[in-house]
Amino acid sequence: MRQPYDGVVLAAPVTVPYVRYSIRSAHWWLATAFSSLLERSRLKKEQIDGLTVSSFTLAPDTAIGFTQHIGLSPRWLDHVPLGGASGVVALRRAARAVQAGDAEVVACLAGDTNHVDSFRLTLANFSQFARDAVYPYGAGGPNASFAFLTAHYMQRYGAKREDFGRLCVAQRSNALRNAHALFKRELSLEEYLRARPIAEPLHLFDCVMPCAGAEAFLVTSEDRARSVKLPFARLLGTIERHNAFSADPVQLRAGWALDRDELYAQAGCSPRDIDFVQAYDDYPVITLLQLEDLGFCGKGEGPSFVREHRFTWDGDFPLNTSGGQLSAGQAGAAGGFLGMVEAIRQLTAEASGRQVPDAKIGLVSGFGMINYDRGLGSGAAILAAGQ
Amino acid sequence: MKKKNPILRTRLPTLPPAARSRVALGLTAAAALGRFELQQCGDCGTVQYPPREACQNCLSTKIFWKPQPGEAELLASTVLHHSNDLFFRERLPWRLGLARLACGPTVVAHLHAGVQNAPARIRVTARLDRAGQAVLVGLPDKENVNMAEDRQLREFSCDPKHRKVLVTDGKSSLGQALVKALAAAGADLIWVGHAEPWKRFPGFDELQKLPQVTLVPLDVTDSRNVRELAAEVGAKVDILVSNAEIHRTHGIASRQGVETARAEMDVNYFGLLRLAQEFGPAMRARGADGLASAVAWVNLLSIYALANFPPHGTFSASKAAAQSLAQCLRAEMRPAGVRVVNVFPGPIDDEWNQLLAPPKLAPAALASAIVSALREGVEDLYPGDVAQEWLERWRDNPKALERELSS
Repeated sequence: MRQPYDGVVLAAPVTVPYVRYSIRSAHWWLATAFSSLLERSRLKKEQIDGLTVSSFTLAPDTAIGFTQHIGLSPRWLDHVPLGGASGVVALRRAARAVQAGDAEVVACLAGDTNHVDSFRLTLANFSQFARDAVYPYGAGGPNASFAFLTAHYMQRYGAKREDFGRLCVAQRSNALRNAHALFKRELSLEEYLRARPIAEPLHLFDCVMPCAGAEAFLVTSEDRARSVKLPFARLLGTIERHNAFSADPVQLRAGWALDRDELYAQAGCSPRDIDFVQAYDDYPVITLLQLEDLGFCGKGEGPSFVREHRFTWDGDFPLNTSGGQLSAGQAGAAGGFLGMVEAIRQLTAEASGRQVPDAKIGLVSGFGMINYDRGLGSGAAILAAGQ
Repeated sequence: MKKKNPILRTRLPTLPPAARSRVALGLTAAAALGRFELQQCGDCGTVQYPPREACQNCLSTKIFWKPQPGEAELLASTVLHHSNDLFFRERLPWRLGLARLACGPTVVAHLHAGVQNAPARIRVTARLDRAGQAVLVGLPDKENVNMAEDRQLREFSCDPKHRKVLVTDGKSSLGQALVKALAAAGADLIWVGHAEPWKRFPGFDELQKLPQVTLVPLDVTDSRNVRELAAEVGAKVDILVSNAEIHRTHGIASRQGVETARAEMDVNYFGLLRLAQEFGPAMRARGADGLASAVAWVNLLSIYALANFPPHGTFSASKAAAQSLAQCLRAEMRPAGVRVVNVFPGPIDDEWNQLLAPPKLAPAALASAIVSALREGVEDLYPGDVAQEWLERWRDNPKALERELSS
């Protein structure tokens, strides 16, 4: 039986504004995120006694080397190199540390730099399987892998490009109200459909734009948050699962489908009670998998669900209210934190301009690491407004 | 064929990504022989891909590379219009597939243009790519798939069609069979070397009747002659077949002095070295020179290069030396994407093997095997039953083969 997360809260959502390319290293982005956390929370560096770090471009360093960069001496430390699943997983690790008393305030950081050539190098050496069995095939990177999943999903469930387009257009509309989003222009469905092909059936606006940036938040106890007058969101329930359904010939579902009943049971709610969803959106097909696997509609019903709902911040199903990675940019591992940080903002009424009215409960989902032919890691968390 | 505009810059060779983990080179080792092998667990029989260090099912480390049938179902395909790699950027659009093999694993593969969109039955096999590393390719599920005319798969083969070839010796029965096989395979132009241009060897007239053939004086023991021919045609040769050899039937005790052995070395080893020094650089520079680029260098070695055959002891030694040099040549040609094909025949049915009992390899059969190897991207060719059997013996136990050959 899973132990509840009573008393664990999330606070101080921080974004270091993204840029397309940066000459700084990942250390700069992470350090800037850390100092923003301190500024936001008015805590002193010495009062942070736990740290998690997620980054692709920090190499050769890991979290421990980074402590010396920022002069921090935590009594609890974790490196979470799980890409798009990093936000949920970092939260899960930190929450248990706080509950167990191993740390009082944990800073969860994610950030990556993006030099003009660093994306290509990350792709070429992403994993042993990618280097041996994917990259030599056209070196398309994740575009090619997700093109397969998208093509197969379309063929199996009758999804159309317009269905993915509706998601992308709604997210762009959300992004226009997020000052941090890199995309500042409206996107029409016609423009989406007309875009140049990248890896068929994927076209330009189906693909995230790599950039540099960082996201961060604090995990602590409700008492500690109150003592420093920090607005917070509560953690109601959370799951993670890796390498699920490995016998499926092609990915049409991920770990959420295995564990979602426990997620809702732990959180004491159902999909109907969720006010907004922050899904992992490196490609729109993955958003559909999450909506299905997390119980908002049945398997294969994603296309009709998309046709029946409006996904803007003021729609009937607010989704990726910051614009998501598709419109805000994908700052490496920070992409796995984007939804978490946005959810905290929504639940602490700080999402000015795109605030979901009366947001009480939000769901954040993560998905990461295309090691070979599919995303291996998945996770989700249900958060509630603190007050 | 149209003449090349000398003012235009020759496109320089690029290679597809070549980095692989050591365990993944099992796929390359098999593909070099024209085989499609995947890892199979010796304990539970699970077939797995990508290559791993342990069985994903039972964790056994007793995993072996075993031939696999290529039947597969195409699950999805994509056409890349963007790539992060120079080689593919120059060749976009590029079609790929995701397929499930009947033996288990899901694989990513380059697709032949004849493959229908998913769902479709296809045949998956392994080929060496321009970097010399194995990649999987998905072919239409039928016999006799034409690789030469497929835009993508032509990048992985060294098909003689539309190409210019130099055969270094036209006098031997093998040389003549080779010229005929290359002409039949659609080679544009074939330069045929003969070491004694003042003599008409048997078969000379027949060769000269072939419209593709130009006879050129070439004595691979004469450095100046090799250099002159390279200056004349070296910048046009797409495929070089180094087949000149001297084969004498001596061990150590059966002959006094070193003259015969030195003559064998001068042709079989130093001849290759001279050719490589003079023709290698120009071929390296033309590794990506349009559709008919420099693609392959074929070395006639011998199965005796693997283990000495004492009755032909000095010949074996010269071929072993040539094999070692050919490995060096292969390493030097690889950055240009020019494949070095080493051919290891058993006894050829010619005058120097007169006293050997059959089976022996007919020159025409060997020539056709060499053309197939070029078409199918084989890098190490063991043509015929004798060579195949010796290869299996050698792979199984090299020491046992040494004893068997000396008895």
